[in-house]
Amino acid sequence: MHPIVARDQLSPNVTRLVVEAPRIAEIRRPGQFVIVRLGEGAERIPLTIADADPAAGTISLIIQSVGASTMDLVALQPGDAIRDVAGPLGRPTDLIDQGRAVCVGGGVGTAVVYPIAEELHRRGVSVTSVIGGRSREWVILEDELRTAGEVVVCTDDGSYGRHGFVTEALRDLCDAGPIDEVFAVGPVPMMRAVAELTRPYGIRTTASLNAIMVDGTGMCGGCRVSIDGQSRYACVDGPEFDAHAVDFASLADRLTTYRSFEQEALARHEACLIPALADRLGDPPPTTGPVAGSAAR
Amino acid sequence: MTEERPPTDEDRPALTQKERMAIDRVAMPEQDAAIRAVNFREVNLGLTRQIAMLEAERCLQCPKPYCIGGCPVSVNIPRFLKLLREGDLPAAADSLLDDNALPCVTGRVCPQESQCEGVCLRAKKGNAVAIGHLERFVADWAQAHPDELIHLKPKPTGRTIAIVGSGPAGLTAAGELVKLGHAVTIFEAFHAAGGVLVYGIPEFRLPKDIVQAEVDRLVADGVRIEPNSIIGKTYTLPELRTRFDAVFLAVGAGLPVFMDVPGENLKGVYSANEYLTRVNLMGAWNPGSETPVLHGQRVAVVGGGNVAMDSVRTARRLGADEAMIVYRRGRDELPARAEEVHHAEQEGIRFDLQVAPVEVLGDEKGWVRALRCIRMEPGEPDASGRARPVPIPGSEFEIPCEMVVVAIGTRSNPLLTATAPDLRVSDRGYIEIDETGMTSIDGVFAGGDIVRGAATVILAMGDGKRAAAAIDRYLGGEAPAAADVTVEAASEPA
Ligand SMILES: Cc1cc2nc3c(=O)[nH]c(=O)nc-3n(C[C@H](O)[C@H](O)[C@H](O)COP(=O)(O)OP(=O)(O)OC[C@H]3O[C@@H](n4cnc5c(N)ncnc54)[C@H](O)[C@@H]3O)c2cc1C
Ligand code: SF4
Ligand code: FES
Repeated sequence: MHPIVARDQLSPNVTRLVVEAPRIAEIRRPGQFVIVRLGEGAERIPLTIADADPAAGTISLIIQSVGASTMDLVALQPGDAIRDVAGPLGRPTDLIDQGRAVCVGGGVGTAVVYPIAEELHRRGVSVTSVIGGRSREWVILEDELRTAGEVVVCTDDGSYGRHGFVTEALRDLCDAGPIDEVFAVGPVPMMRAVAELTRPYGIRTTASLNAIMVDGTGMCGGCRVSIDGQSRYACVDGPEFDAHAVDFASLADRLTTYRSFEQEALARHEACLIPALADRLGDPPPTTGPVAGSAAR
Repeated sequence: MTEERPPTDEDRPALTQKERMAIDRVAMPEQDAAIRAVNFREVNLGLTRQIAMLEAERCLQCPKPYCIGGCPVSVNIPRFLKLLREGDLPAAADSLLDDNALPCVTGRVCPQESQCEGVCLRAKKGNAVAIGHLERFVADWAQAHPDELIHLKPKPTGRTIAIVGSGPAGLTAAGELVKLGHAVTIFEAFHAAGGVLVYGIPEFRLPKDIVQAEVDRLVADGVRIEPNSIIGKTYTLPELRTRFDAVFLAVGAGLPVFMDVPGENLKGVYSANEYLTRVNLMGAWNPGSETPVLHGQRVAVVGGGNVAMDSVRTARRLGADEAMIVYRRGRDELPARAEEVHHAEQEGIRFDLQVAPVEVLGDEKGWVRALRCIRMEPGEPDASGRARPVPIPGSEFEIPCEMVVVAIGTRSNPLLTATAPDLRVSDRGYIEIDETGMTSIDGVFAGGDIVRGAATVILAMGDGKRAAAAIDRYLGGEAPAAADVTVEAASEPA
């Protein structure tokens, strides 16, 4: 059991949980993740280790509630506990020791970028972070990132910081002077846009891929991604890869595998709160193509 | 199971050999094929005590029992069968458990037809004694009557042993080592113990309660289990070696092998590992589970081994109207257990034999729509002596389907070995051991699929037992060397 020692709400749908996991806190490195399972019957969910306090024996997990499973996780309060936390998994980020880096974070991807920015700064690399969100309340970790260097905030609606996408701010930085490496973590379209942007500049660019995972140890192959035409496992060979070699279209497509299941699960979840909705759940799922479901019969 | 008063010798005088020969082999009662093809309950229902005792009468108590030689762990079969037919179940159970730590598992999953039953004298003229069914009967009785078994409390030795992996090899070694008084900790990567027994082999063939009961028994005997501990990540092997007096590596051969054909990243293509893990370990067959799994109407499973049979029968139970096996050799060469092939046929599984996939075809939305295949014919014999299948030019055709499950074998996972540079591995990544089961690192032993390549439950258990004896001797104990089990070359993928 892994008790929750603190919880705070970073944006309307992003929550930070500080969880007891002493061994992982002691040895984790930036770029690594854990797989958590809330309790009996719950799904295994991969989550980046956003931060760790080895002295306190805790790790921070930053969770966007998108489906039924993550909603259950973010509903936890200090004193509650997560049953299983496995890790640290994945390869640590391959970090440069000097020069200049730009860390681009979109939405909850900012949580993945944060430990990288922090470690780069510690190593003496000059760091600029470019983070974005739909509007002001969706921007997370700005203050934390400021401790690692300059921060450019972008919002889609212009309600805070720069009006526009993170890529526009990144383009200005690329034009302004030499950059040794760009780290990009966020929604697939954002990472793909960043990769396309930096390619002509010849800037080494790394993306962290949020593939669908089960075990996180290389035994299922569900997390396979196409890198330079080769199949690689995001959980053990990644999660970070050379963004210029990633087949983002295939990644985006594979991420839709369980969309109908997720919608169904979410509806079922909400139906528990709204009894009237429960009636609708008797409806059979659509039958064209494979049906994602835990039991369609 | 009906519990009746065991007949005594007064009731029933000993049979003559001729009378024994006249008894027909019992048939295992099964759930009806049409009913079971849509549920996950165990297919085989088990024997009653009376029928089990009658079947045990068929054993001729050969002075030179071939069956013992046919069993990879040399279970003394005539001994437990004699006790069973005498109705002395506690003694039969003690006898069996003494030889085999997980008989309720092996009685269900061993390929008996090519082991004990294959060499049974009675198989020469008619049918072998149903050793597997009787093993299962006695084992299930033992699991239901723990208080009637002999239970020795060993004196603690103060020695500590780490076991990595909780599959049949790891569980067997743990059981043997606690019996000798050692303190055992099992490190398991997953959240639950059991290895392939819980994530791979489905409920309808090996109910998970049965595996859990065995794990619980080990815990009650003092074995510590640390789930969510991935050696190579959470701890390294060198760390374990310094913390414990000895280490046993039993991590299995968990990495899936894909076909390496175009279209394998389409939605609807699974490795058997992923498909079975979602359904079994994560319980996706159960409506309450949060883990999703795809349900295809037409599912093509590539491969012909136990893993392929388990996958195709799972797909059928999840609602596939057409669940098919696609295998590059003929019916007689299917490597699966005979009973699984038979059950699959009864459940309406289609077999596309002498066929090999060349491409997975997708629709405009990235979902699988068909498996493109080519027909094969037997060619020159390969290293195993079997005819190597060769493609027939121009014979390509399409099998329409929404899902493809790839079950063509597994290989070793480098996760652990990558953090242990001193550990000698073969060029295919399997751990190398000496005659005692020790690896190139002093005090570190290995066994099961990570040494043999994907093999069987009973061979993994044999390795666990042999390693436990070797570890005990390494730590200065006096355990006799366990019966030697020859390690064959890593098997060819199915
Ligand atoms: C679907 C399927 C059906 C099968 N059917 C049969 C059958 O009918 N009859 C038969 O005899 N055999 C069958 N087999 C084969 C049999 O299951 C294996 O040969 C046997 O389980 C091997 O046992 P093991 O203990 O070596 O490894 P496994 O059972 O593979 O167990 C290894 C364990 O180690 C854990 N592990 C791996 N890496 C690490 C790490 N780095 N740190 C910590 N833990 C780790 C794994 O999570 C796993 O729990 C089947 C296999 C499959 C997949
Ligand atoms: S362990 Fe397997 S081979 Fe040995 S007697 Fe039992 S069923 Fe037969
Ligand atoms: S999550 Fe299973 S192999 Fe990566």
